[in-house]
Amino acid sequence: MNCVLGADNILNDTVLYRVIYEAVGHVLPCGVSYVVAGLAMMLILANGVLLGAGLFSWVERRLIGRFHNRIGPNRWGPFGMLQPLADLVKLLTKEDLTPRGADRIVFAIVPVAMVAPVILMMAVVPFAKDTALVNLNVGILYILAVTSITSIAIFMAGWSSDNRYAMFGASRGVAVLISYEVPVVMSLLGVVILAGSMSLDDVVSAQAVPFFLVQPLAFFVFLAGTSAELNRTPFDVAEAESEIIAGYHIEYSGVKFALIQAAEFGAVLTASAVMVTLFLGGWSGPFASYLGWAWFLLKIGVLAFVFSWVRATFPRLRIDQLLAFAWKFLLPLSIINLFATALEVYFLRDAAGTLDTTDLWIMAGINFGVAFACLLIFGTLIKEKVRPAGPVTGAILSPGEAD
Amino acid sequence: MLFQDIVFWILAVMAIVGALGVVLVPNLFRAALLLIVVFVSVAGMFILLSAEFLAVVQILIYVGAIAILIIFAIMLTRDVQHGNLPNRMQIPAAVFAALLLTALVAVAVDTKWEFLPADQQDRAELIQVNALTTLTGEVLDDAGVSPEDQTEVQESGLADLLISDYVLPFEAVSVLLLAALIGALVLVRPNPGTGRG
Repeated sequence: MNCVLGADNILNDTVLYRVIYEAVGHVLPCGVSYVVAGLAMMLILANGVLLGAGLFSWVERRLIGRFHNRIGPNRWGPFGMLQPLADLVKLLTKEDLTPRGADRIVFAIVPVAMVAPVILMMAVVPFAKDTALVNLNVGILYILAVTSITSIAIFMAGWSSDNRYAMFGASRGVAVLISYEVPVVMSLLGVVILAGSMSLDDVVSAQAVPFFLVQPLAFFVFLAGTSAELNRTPFDVAEAESEIIAGYHIEYSGVKFALIQAAEFGAVLTASAVMVTLFLGGWSGPFASYLGWAWFLLKIGVLAFVFSWVRATFPRLRIDQLLAFAWKFLLPLSIINLFATALEVYFLRDAAGTLDTTDLWIMAGINFGVAFACLLIFGTLIKEKVRPAGPVTGAILSPGEAD
Repeated sequence: MLFQDIVFWILAVMAIVGALGVVLVPNLFRAALLLIVVFVSVAGMFILLSAEFLAVVQILIYVGAIAILIIFAIMLTRDVQHGNLPNRMQIPAAVFAALLLTALVAVAVDTKWEFLPADQQDRAELIQVNALTTLTGEVLDDAGVSPEDQTEVQESGLADLLISDYVLPFEAVSVLLLAALIGALVLVRPNPGTGRG
């Protein structure tokens, strides 16, 4: 029996899906193999993201260990590489507790609702040429939509735990997510204008010059905004250990806690993957037709390193400083970037409405000037806004004492 | 066709059970979560109709923004666990709901749903794609659109329509949102006399 996907099927462009579908189609009826191939793709995606999250948890603990001038996990396996496995076994064998006053059903759904967006986000990211699971023509919007599910999950965790600290963490987390959504979306508009499309494949192929050179301001805003949306230091007010213990996941233990942790580490990887696609040229590079995946992984590694670096270096901000940073610093920057990009595209594009490489280099030059001036001016302005409320008497204030 | 039927029925049952849950579940927080289930099922319906843009916007706006707003509002209500106490408006509410349902069903049955003929189907798809991506002349040539029609396809995107034919409603909505924004700011501004909100 030979099964062939119709030419109008949206999965026809996905090589891996087609191969699995046709291979299974020799054994099973076409309808069944359609489902089997879909399930196989889902398994690959989910396992890829979760294994990556495990590996990244080890990398980050080692890296932060080095930053803190200590060693980090190094006992089990080569360089301690099997540490995530040990952690997993430990968490799986622990008791899975549910607080007495908790809303049991909602409490149990939360870990799944946390992991799902992280995995779903990867579905539209092209790992190499023609390898995205689906090449959606609304790719960028899809990513934004899927990430917004996380705020619901955080809210569910806070509400269902029946714990004041969890509720504090959840309201802080949602406030941060809602605030940072705005500058992040605004910074992506510049990319969409340049690429003339929301499909991630088109964005990659439009990057004759990587967009972090053409859009330095948008790249900075997106990096800072994503770092805040991922709830990582210096933006981790939602789970600030010294203030509200662990925030929204305080009551979680055992396998549910493992899933929430996997979602947090996996989110760093998927956010890096999205950023690589939008700003660093995706899979493009020398010999991209067969080394594209290697370039992609390398760039993800670089960005994940930057995230760990930021986490190890900066102290935590207060919640009011955090929101001021979003509304008074990142939002104006992203609006300026959007305005500058729109003007440049209007004047530089040719009659057919396209931009060539020279145009992109000119824009890169102008935008770097704009970015430098803006960061200088706004950096001086924001200094006044985030000064601690009380009188400072020269002593070094720790973030906890500052309020 | 079989798979689409199965998916349709799953989504339909999800949407209806979710919608019933929203009105029948006493716990307000769970009711809000069930409302999200309804939104997601409707987004699934849009995907089934190959309207990815609508599906994504449905998730982005309804799940990402409106549901959060509803949950915030619920946190301000008096008794989340047991819902609001019943009042005397039950009969008027039932009458109004019945009237609304009748009107909607009557409109749905009465409308002549015209399907596009096959030759216009491709054209409609191109226009849909053009709402999100700027189609160049070459792509349109490949799709067999004659040069005279190309401008029409290129300028029929959602964005172009919003700032040409529908610019007045678009601006009116903007002004409305701005008014709401300023109103909210005025409401939460501390009273200058007492220094309290």
